[in-house]
Amino acid sequence: MAYGEDGIRARGLVKRFGGATVLDGFDLRVGSGTVCGLLGPNGAGKTTAVRILTTLIRPDAGEVRVAGQDAIRQPRQVRYRIGLVGQNASVDEILTGRQNLEMFGRLGGLGARTARRRAGELLARFGLDEAAGRSVAGYSGGQRRRLDLAASLILTPQVIFLDEPTTGLDPAARIEVWARIRELADTGTTVLLTTQYLEEADRLADRIALLDAGRIVAEGTPDELKAKVGPDRVETITRKPTLDEVFLRLTGHETTVGAAR
Amino acid sequence: MTMLRDSSTLTRRILLHWRQRPVSVLLGLLFPVLLVLMFGYLFGGAMAVPDGDYIAFLIPGMLAMTMLFGLDAMVVAVTTDAAKGITERIRSMPVSGIAVLAGRCWADLLNAVVGLVVMIAAGLAMGWRPEHGIGSTLAALGLLLWLRFALVWIGIWLGLLLKTPEAAVSVQVLVWPIGFVSSAFVSPDTMPGWLGAIADWNPLSATATAIRGLFGNPTWASHTWAADHAVLLALAWPVVLTAIFLPLAWRQYRFLAR
Repeated sequence: MAYGEDGIRARGLVKRFGGATVLDGFDLRVGSGTVCGLLGPNGAGKTTAVRILTTLIRPDAGEVRVAGQDAIRQPRQVRYRIGLVGQNASVDEILTGRQNLEMFGRLGGLGARTARRRAGELLARFGLDEAAGRSVAGYSGGQRRRLDLAASLILTPQVIFLDEPTTGLDPAARIEVWARIRELADTGTTVLLTTQYLEEADRLADRIALLDAGRIVAEGTPDELKAKVGPDRVETITRKPTLDEVFLRLTGHETTVGAAR
Repeated sequence: MTMLRDSSTLTRRILLHWRQRPVSVLLGLLFPVLLVLMFGYLFGGAMAVPDGDYIAFLIPGMLAMTMLFGLDAMVVAVTTDAAKGITERIRSMPVSGIAVLAGRCWADLLNAVVGLVVMIAAGLAMGWRPEHGIGSTLAALGLLLWLRFALVWIGIWLGLLLKTPEAAVSVQVLVWPIGFVSSAFVSPDTMPGWLGAIADWNPLSATATAIRGLFGNPTWASHTWAADHAVLLALAWPVVLTAIFLPLAWRQYRFLAR
């Protein structure tokens, strides 16, 4: 089977920590230039999956190709082509925003001048011009997130991974980050996004993969997933099931449907 | 080539920290000075040194002690980077692990040089003098940095092992007994026999005694084998420690991918 040129292809991933099997035959395919939302309850294995796809940890079994490269055998090749936004803003708190971006640019192999130019571009693009010269310790949560996002883009990656990118942000900052992610997708970057916020997935993702107990239990466009649960909800008004209902149905926690709304 | 560039980028990062946080750097540098003033002038009067000059005995010990303080600073730095996600970000970038560890090592040695300069200035102000000329003095400084080089790997290994800055506090606590059970402040002769034997063989004692000899300062020497072969031990201990802890640090770094 041919792998996507720039996308993500994972097959049969297994990962155990001690006695616990966190991923148990994880399969995922993300087409080049699309946004995939990886949804799942806490402990489903979302972060573990992202850590394997970004070469941070090795799976016990399975194959991974990211941006056309083998993530297990050629991790360095993958690292040139990806960006990662982890759960906490992984930037140096003591350095300024500009110093952070220049440092990560240099570490990614850019020359001093290119790193400086690229840092300047990203600071402007993410509305961080004013904050650029200040130590990150004084940034707001939203500014930190944007800097983190900018740092992940310093090498112009083909694939970007966002692990719960808006967790802990206020609604305004969240909408701001959503707009940035949308922009990225529009420029043809492949995006994999994990989230617990179903609205976030519904807004941003072209396709959604539902992860439960270490396996993908459903995959499709938001509309396809909604259709899967079917129109046969007992309700007085006709409406499609919400993604919350899809989520609860497919992960087997259906009893709380309704209460969750 | 890229390895050199990456490790120098990471070294530069630490230098930028100094520029951003001059006050905390200054406090870190002044702490050993405070300590030496305390020992020199508060306790110094009560120290019965055979030839009377406790300051001349104390300063080389304190220089060795300053090297040891690098250990907990390193553990704090490594665990903080892990907690803040910086380690993860760097690992998701095309940077070799060797460059990451080498960058830490260079930055720490630079740190150590600055620490030595400050402590030497304090020593000179207190009347301490190296008596044996420039060659011996440089050799003594070389032995100090050689010890620090070995401590770097213990620090990185412990940092990667302990993972959280909270756990790193335990190292800060442990550094003190390791420092005191040595010849840094008093001669092992004055301790109970078993403790004196431990102090005698402490790598820190080897370096302290060796540099006292090189500076021409009083060694307050007890004639044990370890004290008589201090220069040899000051060269050998760091080799042994590095041979053990550099591979352990590297292994622990690789374990991050498990």
